[in-house]
Amino acid sequence: MADAPIFIDPAKCKGCTKCVKGCGFGALKMIDAPGANKAGKLAEVDPAACKACFACVPACPFKAISEVRQEIYGTANIEKYKNIWVFAEQTSGVIAEVAFELLAKALELKAQRGDGAQVAAILIGHNLSPELEKSLVAAGADIVYKVDDPALADYEANVYVDAVSQLIEKHKPEVILAGATAVGRAFFARVAVKVRTGLTADCTMLKVEETKNKDTGALQMLLHQTRPAFGGNIMATIMTPNHRPQMATVRPKVFKKAPPDPARKGKVLLEALKLIAPQTKLVKTVRDPDAIDIAAHDILVSGGRGLKSAENFKLLFRLAELLGGEVSCSRACVDAGWAPVARQVGQTGKTVAPKLYLCFGISGAIQHLEGIRGADVIIAVNSDPNAPIFGVADLGIVGDLFEILPALVKELEHGGRGG
Amino acid sequence: MRVVVCVKQVPDTTNVRINPKTNTLMREGVESIVNPFDEYALEEALRLKDRAGAHVTVISMGPPQATAVLREALARGADDAFLVSSRAFGGADTLATSYTLAMAIKKACGGKTPDLVLFGKQAIDGDTAQVGPGVSEFLGVPLVTYVKEITMGGGAGTPAHLSFAVTTVMDDGEHVIEGRLPAVMTVLKEAATPRFAPLAGAMRAAKTEITILDEKAIGADPIRIGLKGSPTKVVTIFPPPVKGGGEKVDARGDAAAGAKAIADFLAKKGLVK
Repeated sequence: MADAPIFIDPAKCKGCTKCVKGCGFGALKMIDAPGANKAGKLAEVDPAACKACFACVPACPFKAISEVRQEIYGTANIEKYKNIWVFAEQTSGVIAEVAFELLAKALELKAQRGDGAQVAAILIGHNLSPELEKSLVAAGADIVYKVDDPALADYEANVYVDAVSQLIEKHKPEVILAGATAVGRAFFARVAVKVRTGLTADCTMLKVEETKNKDTGALQMLLHQTRPAFGGNIMATIMTPNHRPQMATVRPKVFKKAPPDPARKGKVLLEALKLIAPQTKLVKTVRDPDAIDIAAHDILVSGGRGLKSAENFKLLFRLAELLGGEVSCSRACVDAGWAPVARQVGQTGKTVAPKLYLCFGISGAIQHLEGIRGADVIIAVNSDPNAPIFGVADLGIVGDLFEILPALVKELEHGGRGG
Repeated sequence: MRVVVCVKQVPDTTNVRINPKTNTLMREGVESIVNPFDEYALEEALRLKDRAGAHVTVISMGPPQATAVLREALARGADDAFLVSSRAFGGADTLATSYTLAMAIKKACGGKTPDLVLFGKQAIDGDTAQVGPGVSEFLGVPLVTYVKEITMGGGAGTPAHLSFAVTTVMDDGEHVIEGRLPAVMTVLKEAATPRFAPLAGAMRAAKTEITILDEKAIGADPIRIGLKGSPTKVVTIFPPPVKGGGEKVDARGDAAAGAKAIADFLAKKGLVK
């Protein structure tokens, strides 16, 4: 009886036969059970005939019948989930760069699957220009699902959750990727919970591979989601075998965008959804004209714990000025209060991809290294010859940064190489 | 006003490593600390209590040792504390954790949804930032993330004790947002500098009983908790890849040579004007 979709509690069954009459498939019958109750009969289910419609559950006046849940917790009709989606985050009519980076990755995943899955972009907002959908198609979207609604005029987590989860329920994507931006990280986590699936944050590697499901033994095309954990000291590969969609966020600049192909064809589907009202009201947005965006600079001079003080941290600015770059730092400097979080590079700061990353006193925890993977040239100065940063540096200088930094400033100021 | 703060005990992540032979986490000797971001959330709650009066409840999910973080929160001024703890919760991912915490929050608040639930923006061990938003879904209340400042009152047409104005830090700048309670918020480091516990607080905390909530106490569906209730499965863990570095110059005792090597390299790559 282990496989029957229902459980009949013999302690509660009174042998009344109401469930037998309530079953449309003849799966229930009464068996003789002297002494079990006054009627001396108990209901029994034929697992082969039961269609799991559960009509018998409310039919029983004694609440003796309950649904037996499957051992594996998962999404029903998993095979109906198709296609690879990318959330195309836009603010004030400008699509975030990370969306194009993810479309490039989605095209790779589509090729790895090779089963006709399509790439779709989700575009939500209000008064969206057709130029946006064109750019998404050029970047690889076979389909653009577009929701244009006044409730989506500003980012409001709760309406965003509603719109995207409605699209998921309706179109059933197999994979969804979103940028791990302030917007993407927050509302996507709630979407995943709303549709009851898994979400892997801040993935640094993604691939689709035929994989054996450990619970069912079936071969499936699963998304292998790799991310750093425990402050980046460990890498973990995570899968969502029994739930759909398989959801992941990826930080900006982790993947490279591909050049757009204006000849690419795709269809735009305008989705009219009945959305909830925004739950909070955006009163104003305050943009700081002096805000530092380290990710926008081609040259970064970066400092870490090895600088030892806020005073020493200031030494970096002259060098950055000479090189025409900006100053960034590791988490240690932010935790110590030497620099604002806006300057932080790494898993909890910004991921950057400059032409030059020149760093002093940064040992190179993987969490930091993940943040500079996209850098073209890395130069590191550190007193510890075994610092992990040397493992990724194109040029590593073992030595005392307090001597080398001023010497380098001097070197660049003289010899016609200075700015 | 009833405010719940969720706090997590985490390993000091700067010291976690992988055993290269067994490929498992080496957590022995790694110190446990209060997740730093949760301290700001607690401080925000205590400030609301100082200003307007509030009943502050702290909840932590974790092993019995996690009572340490609850005692500390009580010492700083929280009114009561609950430890959500059971072997059955082990291996929970963010979905199962969100479900479990939401059930525990309701239980701790006598079956009601509290006015405000605060989380740190993320925990430093998992760094996912997913549980706060997840709990908001299970509680069915509005979500506001990356909050830097909370002010009660201010919303037009809403009683002052139910309305809030917050400043959040987003990628395009700071957003000033108005809404009404109940709400779930995740709090940034910029929010408030955590206070120290007064001596009297520590004495009071030692005397306060911490209620333990297991899966039965919170009425959890067994299939939705722990490893079983977790859609995501960690398939492998491995040490971060080590790349072969490039050129290396030993400039110990000869800083000028180090500086020159950098300057030459920059010139060669065309990175200096």
